[in-house]
Amino acid sequence: MPDPLPYRRPDPATQPPYDAPAYGSTHKRHPQQALLRIPTTLTEASAPRFDPAHYAPQADMSQVAGRAAMGERIIVAGRVTDEDGRPLRGAMVEVWQANASGRYHHPRDQHDAPLDPNFEGRARIFTDVEGRYSFVSIKPGAYPWRNHANAWRPIHIHFGLHGTGFAQRMITQMYFPGDPLLPLDPIFNTTADEAARNRLVSTFDLDITKPEWALGYRFDIVLRGQMATPFENA
Amino acid sequence: MTPATASQTAGPYWHMIDFPEWADLLRPGGPNEGVEGERITLAGRITDGDGAAVADGLVEIWQAGPDGAYEAGFHGFGRCATDAEGGFRFTTLKPGATPGPGNSTQAPHILVTVFARGLMKHVVTRAYFAGEALNAADPVLNLVDPARRGTLVAQPEGAGVWRLDIRLQGEGETVFLDA
Ligand SMILES: [Fe+3]
Repeated sequence: MPDPLPYRRPDPATQPPYDAPAYGSTHKRHPQQALLRIPTTLTEASAPRFDPAHYAPQADMSQVAGRAAMGERIIVAGRVTDEDGRPLRGAMVEVWQANASGRYHHPRDQHDAPLDPNFEGRARIFTDVEGRYSFVSIKPGAYPWRNHANAWRPIHIHFGLHGTGFAQRMITQMYFPGDPLLPLDPIFNTTADEAARNRLVSTFDLDITKPEWALGYRFDIVLRGQMATPFENA
Repeated sequence: MTPATASQTAGPYWHMIDFPEWADLLRPGGPNEGVEGERITLAGRITDGDGAAVADGLVEIWQAGPDGAYEAGFHGFGRCATDAEGGFRFTTLKPGATPGPGNSTQAPHILVTVFARGLMKHVVTRAYFAGEALNAADPVLNLVDPARRGTLVAQPEGAGVWRLDIRLQGEGETVFLDA
């Protein structure tokens, strides 16, 4: 069996560092030793196949049993590709978010904002043959956090991606265009490269928008690509 | 080429995608129902630079089946939320040896990833099994400084239970991998 093609390592400016001083929770949680570079083995180059029979898709967060959640209905759609633009087909995408008031359906979220019995805040979708996904949701609200004085997270949706190799596994956040909290957010700003950072911000898209129904936002996601030869490791 | 999308922390409220049954890879009605092998528990505790419990962590595992094959008859994926003490616990089958680079053989191992508040990117390590003869020649384990190699080796703890504690920072810091 030939060795798996190694995954490309990122330009560090395009990914956040583990140690991000402005984000307090990183202080005691970031590794201090350098990561150990290892070759891409079969372990990292293979990945789970999520059979929808065991991982049921659910693409509509805007209602529970036909009862509509409160807030502004939205459609989020985009494409999942690798760094060479190749679509990831059948990739499982998991999303979760706060409700329209900025409150998570979560026992530890004590923010003084109303819970919505008709909003659970999670979805699971699979990309199609062109790597496309879409789901329906409610525009989330901003919420306070205690990172610094008067700290508020910009509105965001959490995304979890599973690729064709476990080396592509990643979790990110999608933001909304024009959010005044973005320049103030230490989490968003940990990524040094401006273009890479701004790719976390979705764009309003009239083609995704459905007349008389919901605004549409586009969020494209890129997972690590593989190098052309197996000899560039280490 | 468009560089990969930037990672962002899973945050403290990721549990909407916690399905506690996923920590049991052998769950009744699940994708591995009826698969034969050596049943094991992989358990551990995640602590931070102060030794405090990481109580809001998301732990995922990825492994080969008992025959050493990935995703051919055994679905080797699990997820577990850490508890108030930082503990996680998976029920699975012990993986077999798998091919490594060149003509090498990788000793049985389970890839372990941790996502959490305060981790802008997940960290990745491996759980090997103490006493496994193949460990001595494992191509990844041999890249690890011998003084820190133990952080990748789960220790037996009673019948079928293997323990691997994960220290995110400081003394005894786990060796995290970049593949
Ligand atoms: Fe959040």
